[in-house]
This record gives sequence, C-alpha cells and structure tokens, in this order.
Amino acid sequence: MKTIKGIFIILLFLALGNICSWCIGNFIPGSVCGMVLLFIALLCRIIKEDDIRTTADFLTRNMTIFFIPASIGIMEQWGLISANIAGWLCVVFLSTVCVLAVTGLAEECFIRMSGRKRKEAEK
Amino acid sequence: MIREIFMNVPMMLVLTIGSYLLGLWIKNKSGISLLHPFLICIPVIVSILKVLDIPCSFYMESNRLIEFLLGPCVVSLGLLLYDHIATIRKNMVSILVSVTAGSITGIGSVYILCRMFSLDDIFIKSLEPKSVTTPIAMDLSAMLGGNTSLTAVSVVLCGFIGAVFGPAILRIFRIKTPVARGLAMGCAAHGLGTSRAIENSAVEGAVSGLAIALMGLMTAILVPLFNMVFPL
Repeated sequence: MKTIKGIFIILLFLALGNICSWCIGNFIPGSVCGMVLLFIALLCRIIKEDDIRTTADFLTRNMTIFFIPASIGIMEQWGLISANIAGWLCVVFLSTVCVLAVTGLAEECFIRMSGRKRKEAEK
Repeated sequence: MIREIFMNVPMMLVLTIGSYLLGLWIKNKSGISLLHPFLICIPVIVSILKVLDIPCSFYMESNRLIEFLLGPCVVSLGLLLYDHIATIRKNMVSILVSVTAGSITGIGSVYILCRMFSLDDIFIKSLEPKSVTTPIAMDLSAMLGGNTSLTAVSVVLCGFIGAVFGPAILRIFRIKTPVARGLAMGCAAHGLGTSRAIENSAVEGAVSGLAIALMGLMTAILVPLFNMVFPL
C-alpha cells in the first residue's frame, strides 16, 4: 500500500514536472522540475515524507540499473570514442579535477571567512 | 536456435537485472567499494549480446521499461534535498555560491578542453553535463542534442576519477574542512564521490549527497544559459 502510494506520488510529480518544463519552453528537463516541486511539496508539508520514503530510497539506491540500458548504446558509438579516446579521457579527467578544486576552494574560503568573523566577534 | 530463445523482451530484462545483481554480489563479496556494479554489468551484457549476435538496438528497445525509471529516479532526489534541509539552512549562501562556481567550471572546462583537443561538437554536447548524477546528465544531454550513451559512460568515468583521485587532489589544494571536502566530492563525482566521502566522515557524506542534487539542479539551469552565450 505504502509502496504503491509512493509510486503514485513520484509519478505524479514527474508528470507535474513535465507540465512545468513545457510551460517554460522545455528550458529545464521535466524530471528536474519534478524534483524541485517534490522538494517544495515536502517543505510545505503537502506530501508526507513517510509516504514516499520506501519508493524513493529504492529508486536512488539502485540508480545504476536504470542507466545500464542506455550505456550499452556505447557499443554503437565505440568507433567515435576509440578514434578520440585520448582526448576524451583528458577532457573528463582535467574537467573533474577543475570542478573538485573550484568547489572545494570556494567552500573552504567561505568557511574560513565566517570562522574569522566569529573569532573577531568573540574578541 | 539459441538466438531465438534469447531474443525476446523478458530475456533482455532478465539480462539487465541479472548482471546488476551479479555486479552487486561481486562487489559485496570482494569488499572493494570501488568495484562498482557498472564495471561488471557492461562487459557481461556486451559479451552476451556479441556471442548471441543480438543487435544492441533490440536490447535497448526491450529495456525501455527500466530506462523509463530514470525520470522517477531524478524526482526522488527531491527527498534527498529535503533530508539535508538543516545543512542547507546553516550554510545556504556559501553552498549555493560554491555549487554554482563548480557547475560553471564543469560546463566551461568541458567547452574549452574539447576545443583544445579539437574534439567533435557531439563531445561538447554530451560532456557538458558530465559532473552531475547520470539520470539528470542524460536528460540534459538529450536536450542539447548530445549522445546519451556517451554521456552515461562519461559520467561514470568522471565519478571514478573523482572517487579515486579526489582525496589526493583535495589534499594538494589544502581543502580540509569536512563540509568543503564533501561538497567538492559530491559536485565533481556525484554518487561515486559520495560513497567515497562517507568513508571519511558522516558529515562529509551527508554534504556530498546534498551536493549531488544541488549540482544537478544548478547545471540544469546553467547548461541552457551557457549554450545561449556560447552556441555551437
């Protein structure tokens, strides 16, 4: 009963998200709109978290299985990748390092700044 | 003969779920957290399809049912955001700014690097959303006109790079606070980064999980904007 209720709520928000996405000219994917709508609904207590917990946990924990079918499509793209494999690997590696460094340093700076402010306030 | 027995929809679904279970089983038995089920699933399925001479398109068509659940999966991340509402409230501004900076870096660096390595435009379209969790990345890639298969594989590769080299890179840049470390791991390496961050501390894991959903949202907003400014 609880599982089916969870499935219903999540599908409902996906559908609402799709409508929302269509309204803004498909600027943002419907699924992401649905995620935001669900978050807002939870915050406003329109939806009880207990109702979706089981289903949502099942979906997020086993996320890998849902993108396996699409990943197999790589068989057909193999020519494209193997021709550019060095470039592809370099781009993914360097870009990941950049994101790690920028995000980490930005947050670290904020924390140090607020820590310093707090110390000054204490003085 | 064998091919006829195997070439039907239920068999293809059994293949997907079975190889996933095999992957989980091997991961749990070996106790290596980096041995992601994905690494086992893909070679197993590819080799079975090759041996039985089943076309890749037939396999993908049969697995529509499973692939459809990517959408509900993204929606479920709303609950993840809600679970971390206390952390968001406490560090709202800093987290939002850092995630936005990370998202812009992710998109911009792919654009610049792909141009530098003179890769085809399809790589730019498919790789721009590569730092976010796979289901969101695939939706974004489809929207841009990229190749979703290439996106899915790149996202997983990105996750591995983050999970393996992440801690060392964070050390090089002297990023020490748990919140900053968790945020960086979640933004750069999504789910795989989170599972690595959890090993370090609970705070790091929690912030990292939160970063997955926020990074997805930010990138979903920024990718279309970026493409307006820098059209291909």
